[in-house]
Amino acid sequence: MALHCSRACRQYLLHLAQDNVEFRLPEIKALLSLRGQPFCSTEDFQERSPFWLLKSLSEADVRSIMTRTVCAKSVFELWGHGRTHPELQSSLEKYPAEDMAPFLQQDSTYKINVYTFNKTLEFKDRIQKIDDMEYLPFQGKVDLKNPHHIFCLLEDYGTDPNNIPDEPFYVYFGRWIADGQRELIRSHSVKKRHFIGNTSMDAGLSFIMANHARVRGHDVVFDPFVGTGSLLVACSHYGAYVCGTDIDYNTIHGIGKASRKNQKWRGPDENIRANLRQYGLERFYLDVLVSDASKAIWRKGPLFDAILTDPPYGIRESTRRTGSQKEIIRPPEDYGGDSHVPVSMAYHLSDIFSDLLNFAARYLVMGGRLVYWLPIYRPEYREETVPLHPCLRLVSNCEQTLSSHTSRRLITMEKTKELEDSDVMSLLQDSGYSPYQGHNAFREKYFSGITKRSGKDEGKMQTKEDD
Amino acid sequence: MKLLTHNMLTSHVKGVMKGYPLLIKATEVKVNEVEFNPQFVSRMIPKLEWTAFVQAADGLGQLNDLPNELVPDYEKNEEFLRKVHRVLLEVEVLEGCLQCPESGREFPISRGVPNMLLNEDET
Repeated sequence: MALHCSRACRQYLLHLAQDNVEFRLPEIKALLSLRGQPFCSTEDFQERSPFWLLKSLSEADVRSIMTRTVCAKSVFELWGHGRTHPELQSSLEKYPAEDMAPFLQQDSTYKINVYTFNKTLEFKDRIQKIDDMEYLPFQGKVDLKNPHHIFCLLEDYGTDPNNIPDEPFYVYFGRWIADGQRELIRSHSVKKRHFIGNTSMDAGLSFIMANHARVRGHDVVFDPFVGTGSLLVACSHYGAYVCGTDIDYNTIHGIGKASRKNQKWRGPDENIRANLRQYGLERFYLDVLVSDASKAIWRKGPLFDAILTDPPYGIRESTRRTGSQKEIIRPPEDYGGDSHVPVSMAYHLSDIFSDLLNFAARYLVMGGRLVYWLPIYRPEYREETVPLHPCLRLVSNCEQTLSSHTSRRLITMEKTKELEDSDVMSLLQDSGYSPYQGHNAFREKYFSGITKRSGKDEGKMQTKEDD
Repeated sequence: MKLLTHNMLTSHVKGVMKGYPLLIKATEVKVNEVEFNPQFVSRMIPKLEWTAFVQAADGLGQLNDLPNELVPDYEKNEEFLRKVHRVLLEVEVLEGCLQCPESGREFPISRGVPNMLLNEDET
């Protein structure tokens, strides 16, 4: 392979963050597919490694990924790599001189960074490593502040922090091209968000969801369980126009008890629109409505380019809903008391998913994506647990572990065919997805470890199975 | 509520055959300036129910010279796109209600947010 390393087989080294590890490959694949490119790596590709080699791409492709990704930290044009430094040297010597030359010119400035994964090097050791690379024909001057070109030596010391080797397992050298969007995780943190709720989605995961959904500029994105609109914030950041519904009147209007620790009641302007305004994205706000996600309030047609949502499972949201009504601030005059449907009305989990999948099949544009969270009771999880639909292709399924026996999975599906009556019929016959059929049964199992239920309660759980 | 949203909404009252478009009964309407995005407006136009869109704008006194028939080659017609943009994204119904054309059921709009909830016996 290294024998003919021309422009055509140029490789890029992607350096990834080691959190949300399962979510990274679907994110990069989704972003590549926006460029019409497949994911193409080497034979020894390891998904859990912090370093991935990408093949068959242009610099414009990788730059485009980096304008979106929150999973990858940086991308480099790979000049050489190997298991040892001598291997790296011989690999670098094979890299075409004409491809190096433009970046090594006499009138240019440069700097070399040393990055070590799973090991901290002392300053003098870093300098030594740079000095050891004097075989590279650098002609320009070093400039640590504002160099024209940045190069990086990356060393991989494995993933076991209790067993760090003296010498790296693998070393890479390349030209830095771009950083990803990790900064968004900090700048959009819910800690600093104007309007939040008890279940507001973490900023990093919201951006990952928007990327899995391939949300683009000029799209219309919908969240049927919008809550405080965290997912809409992420989608509007990528230039999509956003709308959502929620059954909870108080949340949509931003009234009632505050979710922040030191604040009792919500302020006057706590709403989704204000959240978008906070990030200078109000122009992408369409509307939010008070509505029941299971009701057909939209006219038929491919109205939405993407649907992203975190459905309520009555798990984390339940505390405020089932608590004493006295604690909740009285709704205002215009509450429309007669049009109110009790929020706590049973909505079986299996119905939530079949409604959501049917909704996506009906209202997504062809090729549009549905991205949602599925709660998992881990001891009973099987691949078949994930609901399927004749009009939606399963694209990815990534687990976020919550405890030893519970997790949630981020499911991404893509619409591949228009919904026909026969599809609805076949789903009705299928009637739901067994693990979620008994709403309370699932919930009780989900909580069984957390609350350390007694044997008596376990028995109760059995009887509730068929309610 | 923006008129883009109104254009996508329908009545879901039980037994209603023709619940579209919802009639807007506005008591307070505001025009908020929104950055013009010709690409987005061009994308939305073929998705709109044009007649319902024009009727809704006219009903609010915000017709803005919109023609009854969609003009050809609108993508290149910035003046037209700006007119559509204004009605689509800048006009907002803050207070009032949406009425189902068949059953007469009203869905209140307060502080710009429609409440589409129905009682159990209505769905």
